[in-house]
Amino acid sequence: MKNAEKYWAENLKYLTILLSIWFLVSFVFGILLVDQLNTIKIGGFKLGFWFAQQGAIYVFVILIFVYVKLMNRLDKKYSLDS
Amino acid sequence: MDIQTWTWILVGLSFSLYIGIAIWSRASSTGEFYVAGKGVHPIANGLATAADWMSAASFISMAGIISFSGYDGSVYLMGWTGGYVLLALLLAPYLRKFGKFTVPDFIGDRYYSNKARVVAVFCALIVSFTYVAGQMQGVGIVFSRFLEVDITTGVLIGMVIVLFYAVLGGMKGITYTQVAQYCVLIFAFMVPAIFISIQMTGNPIPQLGFGSAGADGIYLLDKLDGLHRDLGFHEYTLGSKSKIDVFAITAALMLGTAGLPHVIVRFFTVKKVSDARKSAGWALLFIAILYTTAPAIALFARTNLIETVSNVDYADMPEWFTKWETTGLIAFEDKNGDGVVQYVADPQSNELQVNRDIMVLANPEIANLPNWVIALVAAGGLAAALSTAAGLLLVISSSVSHDIIKKIIHPKISDKGELVAARISAFVGVCIAGYFGIHPPGFVAAVVALAFGLAAASFFPAIVLGIFYKKMNREGAIAGMVVGIVLMLFYMMKFKFGIFDGGKEAVAALKADWWFGISPEGFGAIAMLVNFVVALGISTFTAPPPSEVQELVEHIRIPSGAGMATH
Repeated sequence: MKNAEKYWAENLKYLTILLSIWFLVSFVFGILLVDQLNTIKIGGFKLGFWFAQQGAIYVFVILIFVYVKLMNRLDKKYSLDS
Repeated sequence: MDIQTWTWILVGLSFSLYIGIAIWSRASSTGEFYVAGKGVHPIANGLATAADWMSAASFISMAGIISFSGYDGSVYLMGWTGGYVLLALLLAPYLRKFGKFTVPDFIGDRYYSNKARVVAVFCALIVSFTYVAGQMQGVGIVFSRFLEVDITTGVLIGMVIVLFYAVLGGMKGITYTQVAQYCVLIFAFMVPAIFISIQMTGNPIPQLGFGSAGADGIYLLDKLDGLHRDLGFHEYTLGSKSKIDVFAITAALMLGTAGLPHVIVRFFTVKKVSDARKSAGWALLFIAILYTTAPAIALFARTNLIETVSNVDYADMPEWFTKWETTGLIAFEDKNGDGVVQYVADPQSNELQVNRDIMVLANPEIANLPNWVIALVAAGGLAAALSTAAGLLLVISSSVSHDIIKKIIHPKISDKGELVAARISAFVGVCIAGYFGIHPPGFVAAVVALAFGLAAASFFPAIVLGIFYKKMNREGAIAGMVVGIVLMLFYMMKFKFGIFDGGKEAVAALKADWWFGISPEGFGAIAMLVNFVVALGISTFTAPPPSEVQELVEHIRIPSGAGMATH
């Protein structure tokens, strides 16, 4: 495989993992399983409600910065950084 | 000093700052006008993107909407932030590497077709115009409520300011004024939130106060759930929308966010691909500060409101109540004539109507905060409206001067000539936006929410497939975009405007016929899926894209070698 193709394959792997987490915290925790998670309480928050109005947003921010880190490392590995 | 004097001082100061920045950062070439010369620092671009993104609606209305809908309001919180993850991972770096000026540029080149370019320009203009009209209206409302000038004068003042820095500075001017506007708007949003959080929970961080207990030791969320039960409203933390609809609306807002041209184009302004990724992260961080605070404000304001007015003598209402009554944002009708305010869910016996915007606009007064904080909210609302309006105007002007004039009608136009054309179209754009701001067509508010559905149904699949599926061709992409946007428009007309069933009055009755139980606001997610299926289907039966286009796709997938903007 050419370098560019290997780079792309690794990139797609990262995307799959990060987007699965993106889907999990918002659509699964915040919507689909919200009633089940709401039975757990942390401080004044029902957990499902917290994911929908707070937690998902925090995770989104972290996901992008993790992606930045991973991709910068990947760019270096294949010497594709500009 | 009274509120009015404070408001004039703070609005005047912030406006002089914007004008000063505009003069300092004039654009001298089309590259500077469209994409700020591609030299913006990732953090500055993050700040500018956040201001660009957070409109009058985010600043003034969102906390109020959540306040009245509780858990259901989560669709906006997750939808309008989660889209940035898609933007950062699936679009921004590749579009930056592609290295042109506009979204239709990408669609036109990637699908080797001016037809595709025209479809994209058309979608970009529809989305941007409906949006910008709402912003100008927001400017007028803030002026009229806080400074008691009429809405027309307010809109005109806003137009002159936007004209000044958008026409003079283009993207370069807009970027640096947006940085300043972000600082103004976030300060204006956070100061009252922090004050109120301390008052109600003793915790200065609203995100933590949100989950804390009040002076009586009961968690605020539990208390509000209880108040809601007593008054007959659905429980605040549970909501009333169906699960599938919440899912679909969240998805449509996320995908729409990632497909909005005025947001995408911000990532064309940074130096290199890694900066595009980084600035998406900064942008979301700056947006998240407001978006995680808004639901806390919603809770505080809702609890405050119910405790202040519910079952209290009308004669004992505080001063802000009568003040906002005169603006029509609060209306009290003593149906049973007992002189006491009954605020309940049942429309037959409910005596109080509250406009959702009041939750942010009157919040500082409800909480008895000093006058300068109230004035700050006015300056913040204006910053939010003006920054978004400017970003949208730039999309409108570059669509006309670059995508239509330069790329289709008159390819030989000089850089200077194109710059003049860009300035003239920005000017015309401001005038049209101002006209709609003064004479808002009744459908603006409804269409702004649906603009996301339109963006999701048209742009998102075309761009993502253009990057991730090398074999996607012209025929598939155009068919997908056309089918997606037509389907979305059809669903909107049928279920939002009732056009096929006798008009607006029929809309409520049609709810039972919603496809899969999904509202028009959420249907963009379905139309997007249809777009994907049509595009993939058609592309398998038609000729693959020419080899130079496939090479272009390979080229944008690797980050190195992203140079300055090319024509």
